[in-house]
Amino acid sequence: MNIIVTSLVVLGSIAIIAAVILFLVARKFAVYEDPLIDQVAEVLPGANCGGCGYAGCRAFAENCVKTGKLERDYCPVGGTDVMKRVAALLGVEAQASEPKVAVLLCNGSSACRPKLTTYTGVKKCSIAHTTYAGETGCKFGCIGFGDCQVACAFDALHIDPTTGLPVIDEDKCTACGACTKACPKLLLQLRKKGPKGRKVYVACKSQDKGAIAKKACANACIGCSKCVKECPFEAITVTNNVAYIDDTKCRLCRKCVAVCPTGAIHAVNFPVKKDENV
Amino acid sequence: MKTFSLGGIHPHDNKLSARKPFKVVALPDVAIFPLEQHIGAPAKPIVAVGDKVLAGQMIAEAGGFVSAPVHSSVSGTVQKIATFTDGWGFDKMAIHIKVEGSEWVENIQANSELRTECNLSSEEIIKKIADAGIVGLGGACFPTQVKLMPPKDMSVDTLIINAVECEPYLTHNHQLMLEKPAEVLMGVRILMQALNIKKAIIGIEANKMDAVELLKGELIKEKGECQHKVSAKNTSVTESVDVLLTDREKVPEVNVVPLKLKYPQGGEKQLIEALTGRKVPNGGIPAAVGCVVQNVGTAFAVYEAVQLNKPLVEVMMTVTGPSVTNPGNFIVRIGTPIEKVLEMAGGIPADTGKIIGGGPMMGKTYSHTNHPVSKRSSGLLLLPNDMAAPLEEKNCIRCGKCVQNCPMGLAPYLLATQGEMALWDDMEQEQVANCIECGCCTFTCPSNRPLLDYIRYGKQTVMANIRARASK
Amino acid sequence: MNKWIVSSSPHVHSGDSIQKNMLYVVLALLPAYLVALYYFGVGALVVSVIAIASCIGFEAFIQRFVLKTKVSISDGSAALTGLLLAMNLPSNLPWWMVIIGSMVAIGLGKMCYGGLGNNLFNPALVGRVFLLISFPAAMTTWPIPEPFSMAYMDAQTAATPLSFMKFDQMLPPILNTLIGNEGGSMGEVSAIALLLGGIFLLWKKVITWHIPVSILATVALFTGIMHLVDPMAYENPLWHLCSGGLLLGSIFMATDYVTSPMTPRGQIVYGVGIGLITVVIRLWGSYPEGVSFAILLMNAATPLIDRYMKPKRFVSK
Repeated sequence: MNIIVTSLVVLGSIAIIAAVILFLVARKFAVYEDPLIDQVAEVLPGANCGGCGYAGCRAFAENCVKTGKLERDYCPVGGTDVMKRVAALLGVEAQASEPKVAVLLCNGSSACRPKLTTYTGVKKCSIAHTTYAGETGCKFGCIGFGDCQVACAFDALHIDPTTGLPVIDEDKCTACGACTKACPKLLLQLRKKGPKGRKVYVACKSQDKGAIAKKACANACIGCSKCVKECPFEAITVTNNVAYIDDTKCRLCRKCVAVCPTGAIHAVNFPVKKDENV
Repeated sequence: MKTFSLGGIHPHDNKLSARKPFKVVALPDVAIFPLEQHIGAPAKPIVAVGDKVLAGQMIAEAGGFVSAPVHSSVSGTVQKIATFTDGWGFDKMAIHIKVEGSEWVENIQANSELRTECNLSSEEIIKKIADAGIVGLGGACFPTQVKLMPPKDMSVDTLIINAVECEPYLTHNHQLMLEKPAEVLMGVRILMQALNIKKAIIGIEANKMDAVELLKGELIKEKGECQHKVSAKNTSVTESVDVLLTDREKVPEVNVVPLKLKYPQGGEKQLIEALTGRKVPNGGIPAAVGCVVQNVGTAFAVYEAVQLNKPLVEVMMTVTGPSVTNPGNFIVRIGTPIEKVLEMAGGIPADTGKIIGGGPMMGKTYSHTNHPVSKRSSGLLLLPNDMAAPLEEKNCIRCGKCVQNCPMGLAPYLLATQGEMALWDDMEQEQVANCIECGCCTFTCPSNRPLLDYIRYGKQTVMANIRARASK
Repeated sequence: MNKWIVSSSPHVHSGDSIQKNMLYVVLALLPAYLVALYYFGVGALVVSVIAIASCIGFEAFIQRFVLKTKVSISDGSAALTGLLLAMNLPSNLPWWMVIIGSMVAIGLGKMCYGGLGNNLFNPALVGRVFLLISFPAAMTTWPIPEPFSMAYMDAQTAATPLSFMKFDQMLPPILNTLIGNEGGSMGEVSAIALLLGGIFLLWKKVITWHIPVSILATVALFTGIMHLVDPMAYENPLWHLCSGGLLLGSIFMATDYVTSPMTPRGQIVYGVGIGLITVVIRLWGSYPEGVSFAILLMNAATPLIDRYMKPKRFVSK
C-alpha cells in the first residue's frame, strides 16, 4: 500500500512539474502565426511543385498573406478556381489567367535525327549538356535523358522509348513550369491550352541554317519563311533561322501546317478531317 | 624525392611516344582561328573578309585585360569570320583563313639560332608577351602577362616551371626539354627578369630523368661561363671578391628538381606544395604564397616571343594511343584541323572508340575531327573500343578510396551524392569549390561510379551561385 | 561514319573492382581458414561450405524473387559474408543453425537495407549475434582442437582462453593462441594466421592501418592500465590481444567497407570506440567476449562519425 502511495506521489509530482515546464516553455517560445496563412494553404493544391516561384504551397500562402496582394503571385496548378478562392480569403480581386500547358519545341525523334556519337557519361541532360551539345548533329534538340520527367511532380511527362522525346500528358499537366526550368536546352514552353486543347506551334528551336539543320534532323525548321507568308494573322516570325508562332495572335487556322516543308509545325488535338484520310 | 602530401594516384604512365623527335605537320587548306583560345574575354577580329594576312600577323586583338590576341599561323586570305562547330558540338566564333603559304611577317626570325642576350626591362618583356598572345600552355590557357603582374600586396619570390607532365600518354613537354634545353632555360630567365626575382624551380617527374640531367648540364655550363667572366676581370683581390659577390647575386638561381611519380603533380597547388612546401589558400592564387607557376611550354613560347618576335602560332602536341600506328610528338600550326594531325600519326585506327583532346585523366573527347588545333591543344589520345567502353556502375560500397586519393582532401563520395540530389548548398559547405577536377576519385572507384561527372556539374552550379551572390 | 564515344574525363580506370577487393579479403582469410581446417577438421569444412552456399543462395533468391533486381552474387560479397560468418561460428554448430544464421546475415543484415553498400551493420556479425542470442549454448560450446579431426557435431568440447580468464581458471600457454591450438570460433584461434592475412590486406591496399591499429592499440592500452592497477584481477594485455575474436574482428570485420567510416580520422575514432567497448564487455560484462557487440555498436555510430569527421583538407582553415 505504501509503495503504491509513494509511487503515485512521486510520479504524479513529476508529471505536474513537467506539465508546468512544458506550459511555460510553450508560452515563452510561442510564435504568432496569422491563421489566414493556414486557410490559404488549405485552399492551395498542396503539391509543393514550386511552379509559383516559392519554395512550396505554404511559402506561397505566407507571402500572399504578408503582402495582402495577388498581383504577382499566381498558382499555375490550381488555376483560376483556386486563385479566386485565395482572393476571396484575402479580400482582393482575383487575377484571371488562361489555362496553360507545357509543349515540347522539338520533334527530332530518333528516327529522323541520326546519332553521330554515343554519350556514356551520367545520363542526365543537365550534365550531358555542360560537356557536349548532344549525341546528334543538332545542338538545339532534345537530349532525351529525361531531366523533365524527373522534374515533373505530376507524372505528366514521360520519355517515349521509340522517339526518345518526352510526351506530355495534357490532362495531368498543371503548367507548373518545373520542366521548363529543368530542360538545359529550354525546349519546353508553357503555351495557351487553347479551346479543347487545340494549338499550333513550331516544334523546333534549331537556329542552324537550313541546310545544316536539315542534315542534322529531317524534321527541323529550316527557316524558309513559307509559314510567315501564309499566315493571315501575322502570328509567325522567323528569327535566327527558326519560326515562332505567337500563341496570343494565332487563330488556329492551320494554313501554316500545310505549307511547312519539313513538318516542323504541329497542330494538336484537332479532329481528323475526313478528306485527309490520315 | 619530393612530392605533394595528400592523396594522389599512380596510373600507368604509358608514354608511348617518349623520345620521338618532333615532326612538323603540313599546312592545312583552310585554317580556323577561334576567338576564344584562352580564359577571359574573347579576342576582337581586326581583319576583314578578303584581307591578305601573313604568318605571325595579329588578326584579332585582346578583348580586355584578361584576354589574349590571336595571330595567323599561315599566310593567306581571310575567307570568312563566322561560327564553326567545335569538337563538342557547340558553335564558336572564328576567323577562317584560306591558306596560301607560310610567308612570315618581316621582323620574325622564325628559325634562328639561340639568342641569350636580353636587356629588356620587365615592362617591355610583359608587353612583348602580351602582344604575342601567349597563354598558359598547361591546359588552363590563362593569359601569361596577367600572371606576370601579380597583385601589388603579394610579393613573389619564386618562379615555378611546371615540366611535370603527369598526365599519362603525353610526352611533348619531355621532348621539348630534350630538343631545346637552352631555349627553355632562356625562357625561364626572361620570365624571372619580367618578375624581378632571383629564384626559379623546374619541377620534373622522375620518369624523365634524362631531361633532368640535360637541364642540369646546361645550367652547369652556364655557371662555368659566368665564373669565367668574373675571373677574367682584371682587378685587385678585394675588389674581385666584391665583383664576385655582386655578380653571383645577379646570376639568377635556377634549380631543376626531380619529383616522385604521382598524379596530379602538375596541378598548380600540388606542384607548389611539392616543390616549396607552401600551400595556396582556398580560393587564392599562387602569388599569395609568393609563387608564379608557368608551364615549360609557356617558357619556350616566351623565349620565342621575346627573342625572336615570334607570336604564339605553333603548339606542340602528342598524338598517341595504344593502337595508333606512329605515336609521336608534333609541332602544329594553330588552326589546323585535328584530322590533319591524326593523318601524320598514321590515321585513325579502325578500332578507335574515343578521340580525346589532351590526356586520359582530364582531356575531353571530341565528337568529330574538324576541330581546329588551338592554344588549348596539348595532345590527341585515341583509345580503342575496349578501353572506351563504359564500365558497369554499381552501388557505392563506401570503401573510402576516393577520400584517400583526393589531393584536395575532399569527400568525393559525399559530393557526388549531393550532386545527384541537387543539394547545392551542402556541396558548397563541403568545399566543392576546391575540387581541381583531376579525376582521381572516378579513376579509383571500384564500383565505377561517375563521381567526377556529378561533382563537376555541382561545382559549376555552386560557382555560379557564389558569383550570383557576389554580384548582388 | 564511325560513332565515337563521348564522355567526360577521366577516360581511364584503375581496374579496381568490388570482385577484386572481395577476392583479396578471401585470400587473406585463407591462412586462418587452413588453420581451422587443420584443428577442427570436417566440422570446419561442413560449417563453412554450408554458410557460403546458403549465403549465396539466399542473396540470389532475395534479389531474384523478392527485390526483383539483377542478381549480383558474382561480385563475391555474399560468398565473403558466408565465409566470415563461418569463421565466427564454432565448428560443431548444427547445420540448420548455420543456415538460419546465413539467412539472418543476408536477409536482415544486408538485403532489407537494399543490398550491398546500403547496409548499416556488418551482415556476418548480424548473423553471428543473432545466433549467439538465440542459441547461447550451442554458440559457446567449442570443440577441442584436434588435428585432422573427422568428427563434426559429436566432438568433445573445450573452453576459450577468454572464458578461462573470465571465470578465474588457469590459462593455457600463450603459444597455443598464437598458432591456434585452442578452443574457439573457427577463424579466431590462430593469431599468426590472422596477422598474415592482415599484412596481405595492407600490402594490397584493401584496408588501411587506421582501423586495426587503433582498435588493437586501444585494447592494449586499456587492458595494460587495468593490469598495472591490479595484476591479479586483470590479465596482461598480450593475452587480450591474442585471444578471442579481437584479431579477426579488427582486421576482417571492423574494416568492412560498407559499415566503417570513410575518412582516416573517422576510422580512428571508430577503432578507439570498438577497442573501449570490447574491453569494457570483456572485463566487466556478462559475456566473455565483446568484439562482435562492439563492432555492431560502432557500426551504428558510423553515419554520425562520417558527419563530423571530415577528411583532412588540403588547406585546413
